[in-house]
Amino acid sequence: MKIRAQIAMVMNLDKCIGCHTCSVTCKQVWTSRQGMEYAWFNNVETKPGIGYPKDWENQERWQGGWKRRKNGKIVPKQGGRLSILAKIFANPHLPEIDDYYEPFTFDYEHLQQAAEAQTTPVARPLSLLTGQPMDKIEWGPNWEEILGGEFDKRSQDYNFEAVQKDIYGQFENTFMMYLPRLCEHCLNPACVASCPSGSIYKREEDGIVLIDQDKCRGWRMCVSGCPYKKIYYNWSSGKAEKCIFCYPRIEAGQPTVCSETCVGRIRYLGVLLYDADGIEQAASVEDEKDLYEAQLRLFLDPDDPAVQAQARADGVSEDWLEAAKHSPAYKMAVDWKIAFPLHPEYRTLPMVWYVPPLSPIQSHANAGAIDTVGELPDVRSLRIPVRYLANLLTAGAEEPIVTALERLFAMRIHYRQRQLGEADGQEVLVQAGLSRAQVEDMHRYLSIANYEDRFVIPTSHREEAEDVYGLKGACGFSFGNGCDHGPSPSSLFGGRMGERKIAPMRPLDN
Amino acid sequence: MSNSYMNTLLFGIYPYVCLVVLLMGSLIRFDREPYTWKSDSSQMLRAGSLRIGSNLFHYGVLVVILGHFVGFLAPHWLVAPFLSPTMHQLLAMVVGGIAGLVAIIGLSMLIWRRLGDPRIRANSRKWDIAVVVMLWFQLALGLLTVPLSAFHMDGVLFETLTTYVKGIVTLDGSVAVLMTDVPLTYKLHILLGFTIFLISPFTRMIHIWSGAGVLAYLVRPYQIVRTRKKVVKEPARS
Repeated sequence: MKIRAQIAMVMNLDKCIGCHTCSVTCKQVWTSRQGMEYAWFNNVETKPGIGYPKDWENQERWQGGWKRRKNGKIVPKQGGRLSILAKIFANPHLPEIDDYYEPFTFDYEHLQQAAEAQTTPVARPLSLLTGQPMDKIEWGPNWEEILGGEFDKRSQDYNFEAVQKDIYGQFENTFMMYLPRLCEHCLNPACVASCPSGSIYKREEDGIVLIDQDKCRGWRMCVSGCPYKKIYYNWSSGKAEKCIFCYPRIEAGQPTVCSETCVGRIRYLGVLLYDADGIEQAASVEDEKDLYEAQLRLFLDPDDPAVQAQARADGVSEDWLEAAKHSPAYKMAVDWKIAFPLHPEYRTLPMVWYVPPLSPIQSHANAGAIDTVGELPDVRSLRIPVRYLANLLTAGAEEPIVTALERLFAMRIHYRQRQLGEADGQEVLVQAGLSRAQVEDMHRYLSIANYEDRFVIPTSHREEAEDVYGLKGACGFSFGNGCDHGPSPSSLFGGRMGERKIAPMRPLDN
Repeated sequence: MSNSYMNTLLFGIYPYVCLVVLLMGSLIRFDREPYTWKSDSSQMLRAGSLRIGSNLFHYGVLVVILGHFVGFLAPHWLVAPFLSPTMHQLLAMVVGGIAGLVAIIGLSMLIWRRLGDPRIRANSRKWDIAVVVMLWFQLALGLLTVPLSAFHMDGVLFETLTTYVKGIVTLDGSVAVLMTDVPLTYKLHILLGFTIFLISPFTRMIHIWSGAGVLAYLVRPYQIVRTRKKVVKEPARS
C-alpha cells in the first residue's frame, strides 16, 4: 500500500442556484487572455442539455477516457501508445472551436463613432479569431441555459440513456438541474496517459493535475483524451491549458476561487487519503456499475491508526493527517455516502464529487396523494428521474442514488419534525440508516455550511520543496520567460516573451 | 576563379553555418524559451482539409527524410553487396518519387487551407507561411530531380552526391568541389535544404525535434506523478 493525499472537492447540487459566479470569477483570474476566451476552466451547465463543448458526454464520438480490454487491462479509449502517435498529425477526435463556440466581442466603438443617421447604430458581433464581423452568433457559453431551446435538442443529452424521455418534453413533466464542472483531478487521468510529451502530471502532495507549459508541445491528444473535455487548446500560444485547481491558493491553505466565491456555499474542499497502489485495479473492474464502489474502497479511514502509520511512512505530514480527520469530502463520500463521482464509467476515478439534487415530487393527477415508503417520500417519484442521476453519477447504478436521496430527505424530515415538535424524528432516521449524530453533522455541513467546515485545507510544505528565502522578491506567476524580458517586445524565436495581450483586436479598420 | 570561390562558399562553408545555427539555435531556444517550443497546430480553429493534408504531408515527408538519411548516409560496405549503384538509384527514385508526390499533394492542401481559410490566415505568422512555401519549393525541386536522374541511370551522379553529403557530414569541406558540375536543380535543392535547416530554430520547424522526442512515449508508464519535495539522500545503511 502506498498512501497519498489529495485535496478533493464535493459539490452539493441540491443548493446550486446556477448563478455562474464560480465561472465568472474563475475566468477573471485565469482565462481572460487571448487564445483562452472560449475556455472555461469552470462552467455551469443546465441539465438536461448537451453541455459544453457540445455533446461532451458522448464518448463514442470523442473517444475520451479509458476502455477495458478483454484481458482486463485498460487503455485510453482513443487508442494505445502507437495508435495515439499515429494520429499525431491530425487528431481525428479533436473538437473544433465551433464545438465550444467562436469567441466574439462587439463593435462597441461604432456606437460612439457612428455618423448621424436615421437609424440607431448597432454594435455588430466581431469574431475574436479573425477580427471580422460575424453574420450571426451561432452558439455561445450557456447557449442552452435553463432549458433554452427545444426539447429535441436537449433530449440528445447522453444521460437520458434508458429513460423514457419523451414524457419529459411535456411542460408538466419537465425538469432541470445545474451541473458546475471543472477539471476532476482524477486519480487515473486519461489526459496524463495520452500526452506524448509527458508534460501532464499529477502532484504527489495534493493530487492536483497540471500541464507543464514548458514541456507541452501542443500535440493535443490530451484534449481528446479527457472525457470531461476540461483541457483546452490555447489557439494563440499553441499549448494546452486546464484548471489548475488554483494551486497557488491551495498551497496557502485557501480554497479555490470557484469555491471561495460560491454564493450558494455548495462547494467543499478536504483531504482524502487514498491507496495509490490500488488505482489501476480500481479503474479496471469489469462492470462499470462497480466503479463507484471500487473508487470508494480506495479512500482510507483517517482515524484508523494503521492508515495513519502507513501514511506517515509514505511522507504525508502530520497536519495533513489531522486535516483528513476533519475532511468534509470524506464525510460526504464515505461516512454518509451522499456524494458521487461524475461519470465513473470513464474509468478516470474523478476527484470532484457531487451530492445529487432533490427535486419536487411529481404529483401526477391527484395532488396531495404523495407516494411514500414508510416515513419517506418515494424518491422514484421525484421530478428528476433517479435513472437520469444514476447515469450521471454512478454509471447507471440506481441503489446508491436512492440511498443518498433518502438520506437527504430524512435529514429534512427529521429536522422538520424536531422543529415543529411533531415527533422526535427517530423513525425516519432508522429508515434511512442514519444515526442522530450523523444527521446532526449532515445538517451542520449541508445546511449551515460554515466556511471553516466547508474548507479544511492544510497548507503545503514549501520548506520541503525549495529554499523559500532564496525566492524572496523573485519572479511571480507568468508565462514563458515572463520575468526575463529585455527591451525588445518580441523574442528571436517568435514568442511574445510571455507578455499578456488582453485586448487583442482593433477591428473594422480595413 | 570567382565561380570556384562561390562554389566553396555555398557548398563548403554555408552548410556548416546552417548546421551550427540549427544545432545551437535549437539548443538555445530549448533552454531559454521552452514556452515557445511547440508544434503550433491550427487544427482546432478549423480542421477542414488538414485531416487529409497534414497526414499526407507528414507521412510522405517522413519517408522522404528517412530515405535521404538511409540513401546518403548508409555506409558503402552495407549497401554495396545488396544493391548495384543503378538499382540503388532506381529504388531512391521510385520510393522518393512516390513519397515526395504524396507529401507535396498534402502540403498543397495545407497551403491552400492556410491562405484560404480566414481563421487560419488571420492567425498565421509571416514565418508560418514562409516555411510552408519553402517546403513546397523544396519538395518540388526534389521531385524535379527524379526525371532528371532518369537520364543518368548509371548511378554516377548519384554516387557523386552521396560522396558530397558524406563528406559534409564527416566534416570534410573540400568535397564542395564535387558540386561544381552538378546540374542546377540539384544545387538549388541542396541550398534550399540547408536554408531550411538555417531558419528552423526560429520557426515552428523545431517541432521536428519533438516529433523524434515523442518516441519516448512508447516506453513510459501511462501515469506520471511529480513531487516537489527535494530528494533527500539517505546515508547508506551498513
